[in-house]
Amino acid sequence: MSDIKKFMFVNRKAPYGTIYALESLEVVLIAAAFEQDVSMAFLDDGVYQLKKGHATKGIEVKGFEKTYGALEDYDVTKLYVDQESLDARGLTADDMCVPVEVMSRAELGKKMDEQDVVLSF
Amino acid sequence: MLHIINKSPLDRNSLETVLTTATGGSILLIEDGVYGATKGNACEGKLKAAMGKFKVYALQGDLEARGFADRVTDGVTTVDYAGFVDLVADSKTNQSWL
Amino acid sequence: MATIDVNGKSYETDEEGYLVDLSQWNEDVGGYLAQTEGVAMTEQHWEVVNFLRDYYNEFQIAPAVRVLTKAIGKKLGPEKGNSQYLYELFPYGPAKQACKIAGLPKPTGCV
Repeated sequence: MSDIKKFMFVNRKAPYGTIYALESLEVVLIAAAFEQDVSMAFLDDGVYQLKKGHATKGIEVKGFEKTYGALEDYDVTKLYVDQESLDARGLTADDMCVPVEVMSRAELGKKMDEQDVVLSF
Repeated sequence: MLHIINKSPLDRNSLETVLTTATGGSILLIEDGVYGATKGNACEGKLKAAMGKFKVYALQGDLEARGFADRVTDGVTTVDYAGFVDLVADSKTNQSWL
Repeated sequence: MATIDVNGKSYETDEEGYLVDLSQWNEDVGGYLAQTEGVAMTEQHWEVVNFLRDYYNEFQIAPAVRVLTKAIGKKLGPEKGNSQYLYELFPYGPAKQACKIAGLPKPTGCV
């Protein structure tokens, strides 16, 4: 597979309330298994996906916080988080369950411009 | 009246509309709505300001699932599913703000 | 929904023979599933199957082959972390066959 493209998955939805976050994560793992250059952006309520400490037993739904930890094995290490979105939700980089790169919206916009494919969830 | 909200306050304006429309009663935050009852959220000030008019509840299981059980805004009462049922049974009318 | 019978107990599987409830898994079930795949289990086979179960417990997913190969290499050494070794153990695909034997769902990204 020589034709490697830059894929960015843009996540703007909270986990569990809708299926978007889990769907995005699954597609990311599939794209990464095909050895593409994958990055993920988290902004707006999407930053909630990475909030540490999901305990989903009470709502009887399979939690997927742990799966973000496998992204590194899939060579998905470019996780970009919007500073403004964290601020609006009382969150900081320390609240994230995996190592992320926190950046401004302007920087995030530049990263989007560098992509071959952008997929929105 | 019991107002039930299941949307995040920073994604949809359900909470904002309840706070500016309803005359009082109880607000129960469930599913993604529970983000409205978390410390440091941009809506925290508005929610706190409305607490004289409304009694605010949030569903414990949904807070736990999202990793916010230990960051509930002061003044919010958490309830389990049985408490949810009691709230519905105790109010004359319910409105789910979809 | 299909079922399999192991030691007088019945277990639900999906239409491709993957165990539906992975918490029901035990070594006897693993051994039975291996038979249906035509795999004669050895210590080396169990090592991979147990590795997959640990991986699933940690990350809640069954890894893709490439990831499995790399992760096994990291943990069990390069002589085991290569596709030749893994395909010799599980000729019809290490992720697919070993996952089935381990009672896990089909790996994400496995078509």
